[in-house]
Amino acid sequence: MPIRPEDFSYVSKLVREASAIVLEAGKEYLVELRLQPIAQQAGLATLDKLVEKLKQDPTGPLHKRVIDAMTTNETSFFRDLHPFETLRKDVVPELIRKRADTRTLNFWCAAASSGQEPFSTMMMLRENFPELASWRVNYIATDLSRDMLARCREGKYGQFEVSRGLPAQLLVKYFDRRGTEWQIKEDIRKAVDFRELNLMKPWGPMPTMDIVFIRNVLIYFDVPTKRDILLRIHRLLAPDGYLFLGGAETTVNICEEFESQVIGRTTCYRPKQRVKV
Amino acid sequence: MRALVIDDSAAMRNIISRSLATIGFDVVQAVHGRDGLDKLKAHGKPEVILVDWNMPEMNGYEFIKAVRAIEEWRDIPLMMVTTETETSQVVRALAAGANEYLMKPFTPEMLGEKLAILGVTMS
Repeated sequence: MPIRPEDFSYVSKLVREASAIVLEAGKEYLVELRLQPIAQQAGLATLDKLVEKLKQDPTGPLHKRVIDAMTTNETSFFRDLHPFETLRKDVVPELIRKRADTRTLNFWCAAASSGQEPFSTMMMLRENFPELASWRVNYIATDLSRDMLARCREGKYGQFEVSRGLPAQLLVKYFDRRGTEWQIKEDIRKAVDFRELNLMKPWGPMPTMDIVFIRNVLIYFDVPTKRDILLRIHRLLAPDGYLFLGGAETTVNICEEFESQVIGRTTCYRPKQRVKV
Repeated sequence: MRALVIDDSAAMRNIISRSLATIGFDVVQAVHGRDGLDKLKAHGKPEVILVDWNMPEMNGYEFIKAVRAIEEWRDIPLMMVTTETETSQVVRALAAGANEYLMKPFTPEMLGEKLAILGVTMS
């Protein structure tokens, strides 16, 4: 049964007050989709019964469940899928061949957020490249936010978060259930070096990177700042290294020191090879 | 593209069906596992099956085992969509032959991402 307008407006107000997320008209389907199972679990036949219950008990645990269900963010494991496929099929096998002498691979994830990107990469490496167990794989993941870094180090995720982009096989293999949450196993957590870093300030010492992920971050900066950050990444990246940007981001017309290369269904960016004259 | 959606809740069947319809699926619905097997026989192999766990007549776990016991149905991508959230249940479902597992409640984005993992849609 579709949600009644008065119930939609009650849920919208609740969510707006708790999270500042605005559920505009037209999002009724989203409320139905996310709250129907909560109503069922609470033994309530319809959404109007659920809203009635919320009104009767305005501070109860049901409120928290409703708010949590309505306020997931955009981060997911293996976000966009294709960059991880390109890493698995092309980029990592090539770098394993090229780095056979040093047996070292350096990764940098420049926007760790709540940790899904570095942990996705680590799981992908464990699943597909067992030979790296005897290599030095340095994975640095940075973020501006201390709170986010603390979350990353803890590695705990709610049901909504582990439902986003994470194959069930990997959930059961790499996570332990902790109450209502799932925690990524310690050996994966410890394999990532989480550091606080502001991209707009000096970065401090970093190794030469083979792979840099800076996805969906540059969109927040103006062009001169983007150029400055990209130039510094260019200096940090190995000449045969790979830069991964978000799907809506590019170096074109911003930093001409990079050239784009389409691999599989992903556009990667490589330092331009200088021609000697 | 065709999907078979099996859930004893009409509301949940409709929610899932609407999400699937927006990304181009024709949806066949069934109300429990046995009905799901009948629909499979009647309509042939779909591109994907989404099945609830707890249902009368035949539950989702029994349904998966029955589907995987039949040679020509062994390769149909199959996702369990359920309120069961214990790791042991996920392990059981995968061992029985589910390819993916989605916990309720979920959003259309989560459903889309899981279908992409199964390789039945573009991400």
